[in-house]
Amino acid sequence: MKLENVQDAVLVRQYLEGNEKGIEVLIIRHKQRIYNFIFSKVLDRDISEDIFQDTFIKVIRTLKKGKYNEEGKFLPWVMRIAHNLVIDHFRRNKRMPKFQSRNDFDIFDVISDGEESMEYEMITFQMHEDVRRLIEELPEDQKEVLVMRIFKEMSFKEIAAATHVSINTALGRMRYALINLRKVIDKNQIILTR
Amino acid sequence: MAQLYNESFPEPVKPMVPKEETVKFLLDFSKALSVTRYKNMTFETLNN
Repeated sequence: MKLENVQDAVLVRQYLEGNEKGIEVLIIRHKQRIYNFIFSKVLDRDISEDIFQDTFIKVIRTLKKGKYNEEGKFLPWVMRIAHNLVIDHFRRNKRMPKFQSRNDFDIFDVISDGEESMEYEMITFQMHEDVRRLIEELPEDQKEVLVMRIFKEMSFKEIAAATHVSINTALGRMRYALINLRKVIDKNQIILTR
Repeated sequence: MAQLYNESFPEPVKPMVPKEETVKFLLDFSKALSVTRYKNMTFETLNN
């Protein structure tokens, strides 16, 4: 009878009796399933390879020490070992976060020295100028509310008190101020993004 | 139109398996590892 057709439990027993072919057949039989299980969790081929290797090192050591209780469940046992090692990996990584550069992503694309470039500053300045000009075009009551709300960061209750109107009127003026600003921006195709 | 659809078949998905050298390492490790018991103690030895 070919070893490839023999049940896991029999292969384990043969391995424990000294037949190295037993573990070879077991690894080859289950390698794809276990590897895919690990990969589905860690999503990295190198890490999957390491965890797969550690899983079977643990399997081999446990078997050789005679600490394995055969209940006909070799694969679930190996999967549980792999699962525990995946958890260990995530625990370790949480303690020591690391960033790896890949072909499609480089950390230096997204980090900067914290200072804005001159071009960036000029665009920002231009945008602020455009917004100021647009606000100047608004009717006086709407402009007043918008300035108090956005630039002075006043609450609508405070704005209502300062302009001697109800809160609902202040809210309505703010709403119309924003609608009118959007209309002017759309009409003149002004770009306010960097 | 049908021809257009048939022109590019998706790449067949290769099953993901560990590298050959990983499996070979494990088999070599298994052969090299010997466990000796003395009373209630266990000793592991790697014979290269």
